[in-house]
Amino acid sequence: MNIYLKLFYIFTKIGLFSYGGGNAILPLINQEVVINNLWLKANEFTDLVAIAQVTPGPIAINAATYVGYKVGGFWGSVLCTLGLILPTFIIMLLITKVFIKFKQNEYVQNMMSGVLPATVGLIASAAVMVSYGSFVDYKSILICAGVFISAYKYKADPILLLVISGVLGFILYR
Amino acid sequence: MNILVDLFVTFLKISTFTVGGGPAMLPLIEKYAVYNKKWISKEEFVDMVALSQSIPGPIAVDAAVYIGYKTAGIAGSIVAVFGAVLSGFLALLIIAVYFTNINQNKNVEAVFMGMRPAVVALLAVPVLSMWKHSKINKKTIAIPIVTVILVAFFNVNAVYIIIASALGGLIYGLLHKRGKLL
Repeated sequence: MNIYLKLFYIFTKIGLFSYGGGNAILPLINQEVVINNLWLKANEFTDLVAIAQVTPGPIAINAATYVGYKVGGFWGSVLCTLGLILPTFIIMLLITKVFIKFKQNEYVQNMMSGVLPATVGLIASAAVMVSYGSFVDYKSILICAGVFISAYKYKADPILLLVISGVLGFILYR
Repeated sequence: MNILVDLFVTFLKISTFTVGGGPAMLPLIEKYAVYNKKWISKEEFVDMVALSQSIPGPIAVDAAVYIGYKTAGIAGSIVAVFGAVLSGFLALLIIAVYFTNINQNKNVEAVFMGMRPAVVALLAVPVLSMWKHSKINKKTIAIPIVTVILVAFFNVNAVYIIIASALGGLIYGLLHKRGKLL
């Protein structure tokens, strides 16, 4: 199979079967990219995971771009990224249309009465999982507390808070 | 400003400052799309997060599709997704071409040591506001608590949580209707 077609196909497949966020997508990408297709070595994949943590945007998009570039250059990275988002784009568009239409339906409302509280738990879980390795000393706890108070109580701009925290990190930990 | 340009620019800005994975995007979306731009209501924000957890793929793309579609139809969802993906794409392209060792750079690591605790704090904000708008009551308060235990501590995949809670809600509703439960 043509390498571009193959990259697109593999990443469409990854996009279609990746439930549960970046941390659930990475093992799938590892399986296809390192084990099945030998596109990256195991240590290159470890580097990729580390890079994806320190770059903007979703981890899965970062991974698709990186693998695509390494295997097929610029167009490889475009195709992998498009392949990854295509199933999500189509499914979410359909679900949004259907949901808006049937939002008042009794069965949909019953299901949502269970799903909404679970969603709150899922986002809280994301916060817990991000916290692993985030607190290295009392200074990082102070940053967390300061950002929380500024954002929750004083509705401060989150981007400004992230920039300030990054500058603080640069000053404190360099 | 043209709504399509506004959607693109807003999602580009949000995704540029999304560090540490998709959910880190939610506090930014809540601030810009819900409070500042008023593209969706607080209730719709909770619905959006629930839907995006129910289907495969990055939460960033789901959120962009939902808000883009609500605001400006299919064209809106396309430009929002493009904005949500572009900065991650460009960043990795530049790194793949020029700086493969960026994760070992001391200065970059220091900046991220400052940003990571901030991301934890920012993620707590939508959890608290969603708690208020997801109609959690005495009967459902156990659901988010059990979810955190299963997902954060036992690595249970989110899709099982969504299926179980949807079925639970459905069955409860049916029994309730037949008068077997109060």
